[in-house]
Amino acid sequence: MARTAVIPRPKLAVEYWLLTYRRNWKGSILTSFLSPVLFLAAMGLGLGSLVDAEVGSGRDLGGLDYLDFLAPGLLAGNAMMLAVNESTYPVLGGFKWYRTYVAMASSPLRGRDILLGHFTYMAFRVTLASFVFLGVMAAFGAVSSPLAVLAPICAALCGMAFATPTAAFVATRINADNFSTYTRFVVMPMFLFSGIFYPVSQLPIVLEQIAWLTPVWHGVRLCRALSTGSGMEWELIGHLAYLVALILIGTLIASRTFTRRLYE
Amino acid sequence: MSLIAAWGLSKQFGDFTAVDGIDFEVERGEVFGFLGPNGAGKSSTMRMIGCVSDPSGGALRILGMDPSREGTNIRSRLGVVPQQDNLDEELSVAENLYVYGRYFDLPRSVLRTRIAELLDFVQLSERASDHVEPLSGGMKRRLTIARALISEPEVLLLDEPTTGLDPQARHVVWERLWTLKRQGVTQVLTTHYMDEAEQLCDRLVVMDRGKIVAEGSPRQLIERYSTREVVELRAHDQVSVLTDALRRLGERSDGYSGDPLYERVEELPDRVLLYTDHGERMVAQLGEVKPESVLVRRSTLEDVFLHLTGRTLVD
Ligand SMILES: Nc1ncnc2c1ncn2[C@@H]1O[C@H](COP(=O)(O)OP(=O)(O)OP(=O)(O)O)[C@@H](O)[C@H]1O
Ligand SMILES: [Mg+2]
Repeated sequence: MARTAVIPRPKLAVEYWLLTYRRNWKGSILTSFLSPVLFLAAMGLGLGSLVDAEVGSGRDLGGLDYLDFLAPGLLAGNAMMLAVNESTYPVLGGFKWYRTYVAMASSPLRGRDILLGHFTYMAFRVTLASFVFLGVMAAFGAVSSPLAVLAPICAALCGMAFATPTAAFVATRINADNFSTYTRFVVMPMFLFSGIFYPVSQLPIVLEQIAWLTPVWHGVRLCRALSTGSGMEWELIGHLAYLVALILIGTLIASRTFTRRLYE
Repeated sequence: MSLIAAWGLSKQFGDFTAVDGIDFEVERGEVFGFLGPNGAGKSSTMRMIGCVSDPSGGALRILGMDPSREGTNIRSRLGVVPQQDNLDEELSVAENLYVYGRYFDLPRSVLRTRIAELLDFVQLSERASDHVEPLSGGMKRRLTIARALISEPEVLLLDEPTTGLDPQARHVVWERLWTLKRQGVTQVLTTHYMDEAEQLCDRLVVMDRGKIVAEGSPRQLIERYSTREVVELRAHDQVSVLTDALRRLGERSDGYSGDPLYERVEELPDRVLLYTDHGERMVAQLGEVKPESVLVRRSTLEDVFLHLTGRTLVD
């Protein structure tokens, strides 16, 4: 019998993830909303009043109020955290616990369709959460430029620059043993030392240079520039290129580790 | 031309050889089985046929294509029931069929009718909107079979379709597989139940430690490797004493025909098996040998396996 060959597309894999999302989108949006509210209230307003009194919107923060300085940094940091969550347990689960990937692998989908499908969904989740974050920032009065509407996209890129290499690594793991070590000693330090809470120029030069290498520092710089409308055009392109490069490399490696694991 | 053909097919995991150079062919419309104990290499073979595992050696052709180059095209024409269910437990029964059908790029309208038909076929229509998680093992297995059929595959691969199911649930599955066979669906299945192999398979290969040790229809295999009947003698503590006595008895010939009394004797931990074409006649001539109980039965594939490998299938 004549049959047309199926054209495998990542889109077909995304549909699965969207179907599962439909079941818990309300809770997911609520979390995306509460997290920035708590952070901005506690640190932006609470801690910020202290900082502003001491530093007095000083030169160290580039002439910004602490809230205006912190909020876009947190936007990027939050995207990173979310992306790390989405690319650890759910990815291992796809191979091991829920075996979603395994089921997909027996269909015409290929390793790279399966992975691009999941990455697309992660990007969707992180972008959505980042837009909610931006909304909360605006409500706190922490947005001072119309360019800020682009910040969630940059935050999502920052998140995916983490998610893709993380997923590539997770695909080589048999169990979740190293995950908490990874979040505690890799992700958390980046959250704390990459210019979200204070400029990295406050750090010893060695730490400052290390911070430049982390994707989150680039994400923070981007989001901050867009949210406050403070120029830095050429620098921005550099940051964007760095994040996109990491995403491409991560996806390439993940394509290998996923395919190897699924079709060993 | 056969639908599936393998020559010297092998699969290696590091130094370990899971499938060790096997040859087989599956013809259109037949039900072909791999019968073998745990670790025989059945799943490894099925995964290669399902194009989710690259052969380490030999050649494999599926639907005339090479799996290493056309895995996607081949998979679009196969239906797979893996050994371990991988349904989405949080989605509903119907949603499971829907998403899987979408992986094959089947249009929504087609899926809607097919899902209804398939749920009817596997007797799960009433559960269509229920979550999968609380379903019984047999229901999940039937749902996995329905899922494998969503793309109207030319070949259905079933890796241990009824392992872990109670007898009643097994019969429901068998009955569905017979129906598919009548509809002309080619099926390749693995099992370590000899009754399943006898019930379902037109032709099968017996696998042991990565190798094929025999091939044929269930009847052919029994004729070739076993006798018509088997006498089972039980003796809990003294099987070896019983075996010795039976061996001495075997030096005599049959009082009726003058042929040897039996062809072979096999000793198992709790019983001794005598292979003969005339069970009752054998029992009548046991004489001094007094086992705890005696049973005459027909030969099965279990006996074929025992003869070929010296071991039982299910331990
Ligand atoms: N991914 C793997 N890595 C290493 N060894 C493996 C792998 N898959 C299977 N094996 C080994 O290969 C051998 C054959 O396994 P396989 O699963 O094919 O057997 P099987 O006949 O399906 O057995 P069962 O009845 O238990 O399902 C086993 O010894 C198993 O441990
Ligand atoms: Mg198996």
